[in-house]
Amino acid sequence: MLVEFGHYALVLAFALTLVQSVLPLWGALSGDQRLMAVAPPASVTIFMLVLASFTVLTIAYVTSDFSVLNVLENSHSAKPMLYKFTGVWGNHEGSMLLWVLILVFFGALVGIFGRNLPADLRAATLAVQAWVSAGFLLFLLATSNPFERVLNPPLEGADLNPILQDIGLAIHPPLLYVGYVGFSITFSFAVAALILGRLDAAWARWVRPWTLLAWSFLTLGIAMGSYWAYYELGWGGWWFWDPVENASFMPWLAGTALLHSAIVMEKREALKVWTVLLAIFTFSLSLLGTFLVRSGVLTSVHAFATDPARGVFILALLCIFIGGSLSLYAWRAPMLKQGGLFAPISREGGLVLNNLFLTAATAAVFVGTLYPLVLDAITGEKISVGAPFFNLTFGPLMIPLLIAVPFGPVLSWKRGDLLAATQRLYAALGLALLMTLFTFWLWGMEKVLAPLGVGLAVWVMAGAIAEIVTRVKFFEIGAKRGFARLLGLPGSAWGTTIAHFGIGVTVLGIVTASAFQEERITTMRPGDTVNLVGYEVTFDGAAPRQGPNYTEEVGHFTIRKAGAYVTELDPSKRVYTARQMPTTEAGIHTIGFSQLYLSLGESRGDGAVDVRVYFKPLITLIWIGSVIMALGAAFSMADRRLRIGAPKPAAKRKVAPAAVPAE
Amino acid sequence: MTRKQRRLTLIGSAGAVLAVALGLILFALNDQIVFFQSPTDITQSTVPTGQRIRLGGLVEEGSVIRSDNAEVSFRVTDMANAVAVTYKGILPDLFREGQGVVTEGVIGSDGVFVADSVLAKHDENYVPKEVAEALKAQGHWQGGEGEAQ
Repeated sequence: MLVEFGHYALVLAFALTLVQSVLPLWGALSGDQRLMAVAPPASVTIFMLVLASFTVLTIAYVTSDFSVLNVLENSHSAKPMLYKFTGVWGNHEGSMLLWVLILVFFGALVGIFGRNLPADLRAATLAVQAWVSAGFLLFLLATSNPFERVLNPPLEGADLNPILQDIGLAIHPPLLYVGYVGFSITFSFAVAALILGRLDAAWARWVRPWTLLAWSFLTLGIAMGSYWAYYELGWGGWWFWDPVENASFMPWLAGTALLHSAIVMEKREALKVWTVLLAIFTFSLSLLGTFLVRSGVLTSVHAFATDPARGVFILALLCIFIGGSLSLYAWRAPMLKQGGLFAPISREGGLVLNNLFLTAATAAVFVGTLYPLVLDAITGEKISVGAPFFNLTFGPLMIPLLIAVPFGPVLSWKRGDLLAATQRLYAALGLALLMTLFTFWLWGMEKVLAPLGVGLAVWVMAGAIAEIVTRVKFFEIGAKRGFARLLGLPGSAWGTTIAHFGIGVTVLGIVTASAFQEERITTMRPGDTVNLVGYEVTFDGAAPRQGPNYTEEVGHFTIRKAGAYVTELDPSKRVYTARQMPTTEAGIHTIGFSQLYLSLGESRGDGAVDVRVYFKPLITLIWIGSVIMALGAAFSMADRRLRIGAPKPAAKRKVAPAAVPAE
Repeated sequence: MTRKQRRLTLIGSAGAVLAVALGLILFALNDQIVFFQSPTDITQSTVPTGQRIRLGGLVEEGSVIRSDNAEVSFRVTDMANAVAVTYKGILPDLFREGQGVVTEGVIGSDGVFVADSVLAKHDENYVPKEVAEALKAQGHWQGGEGEAQ
């Protein structure tokens, strides 16, 4: 009965999105306040309904109700409680429900917190959001109903894929979806602005916090996914240029560009047309990602078991939303006035450069991801595009961008002075050169590119700090007043500094972990020791162990450095009972920012086992840097300016109520 | 700078970046992509030694030989032809005799395929799509249509 209620709540939500798709927009176009007023309560109600539906599915999982097909196929009564919760989105139907839940959640957020938006913009935005919600609710109901029942339920379920039985499933998909789906709001804002034909600096000011919110979650989601793959798959890799990884990376790149172009639009009223296009592209890439993952066109660790009807349905949604919004754009964009002239060397110029490189990089990833699919469809030829392609295209596009990152914030608006800007960065430049030479001295000529990479990372980090230090004239006015001024800087200034610093940290991690990694693959017998960068790894032997729903063979290793005990590691090979499926659990020891990584291979019967030992210098910086970037976005969002109604010329304020502070 | 010059600079630099990106993409597509081959493709045609390819098929029953230092050799078959493969490293969890596998590497001068990566999908029912199609081409596909997805 409860399960049917969950299903019914979804149907109700769908019906309500249809209402919200039409009435508020009608109201916005005809100036009818009552029709516009439908949108906020409708958006909140839709969210409550989908939340109820999601709760019902969760209850079905937690109580192991195997009369529900979805639970039967993806759960098991012996599964630990945490995985019964997270298993809700560990499959296609459930994760799609989570996707839709977040989609309508964002709609409700605009409904609740959008009070200082002009009424017509809010109504139109919510209507567009409802179109997207209606499309995906229909997709759920028509092709992926999570509440389908089975007639004669068996006593036991098929269990969740063991790879997913990990805390990572609790963190990675929700974060990623908030990011992915969060861009739907930016999209809705863009389409609403096109429909209303009004696009001003205030629009950019409203859109920016939403973009920042989505972007920071996407950053965290991608980073957590990368760390999960790193420790769970046992290959020691943290990024594989897997098509599905790319599917989440493309919206991130486009979203990063959007974040920056919105600044130009807000401050200088320039790049309007471009910003709107980016907003449309970013969400289109999110939709494309959803299509790639769920249609079964890809071979990937992520792909869900799929049936073709779903692929066709999502493809149709994709065509309607992307095609529709781009047509609308082509029709309405020429009517938008361009404003704000600027010289090529200026803050705006720097942000344009950022956008150029980021979009070019997005295009490179796009081609690399889709080319094999297109080639297969046209010629039937099977190819794989892997890391070498992306290293050769994405890499070279990132280098000039990273070199330019510190220059952006020190250039002045409208007309910048490159020499004056460089002078503010002398200290950062010096430090970067010093670190490059130091790395060269440490490693010799054996690795030429790596020291340059280290230098580049230090340049980005030091450049970020140099910007705020020179902005408050820290050294001229003395430390005491300097600190006071630093604390008085607006949140967005801190946001820029922190996020840019985070990029430097991530780059440093990437460079050192890729260039200076040490690896040893060997067969070990109990008592054997391998040496790796000064660590002695001794294999003490393996023993079987029984887990709640798996059995495992645990290898016991003792790590010593110069004879002194460091730690013990227990990597294992698990076999999950229900599916008879093996997985590898790596043993990881963190030393500072570096990690020692042990993973077991096949055991050889006579007590011998294949072992892979890695030393990954500074690898955790890759993920720490991402967390710092997200923190930067949080600082930027906290900027007071973004929470207060933007000032507008009085003449333009026809329907809008007076700007009221949100507090 | 006049308005026109500014606009030209903007368009010029945009064009330059996009041209570089396009050049890189085309160059990489020419050079860095890896073609998928079945054992029959390899035995019948002459894949140049040293060219990177992906070889996919089933791991031949009884062909897996492990030697020390985590080295392993096996044969990949599409039921018509088989190719010998050597690999040093940890095999994926789902690597088993009789199961589908995709390996990437180069063919040595002795005709043995030296793989530097071995992929087996993380699902026990999975047969890589390319492998399934290669098997179908040889008339040895027993699985349902759905399993190939």
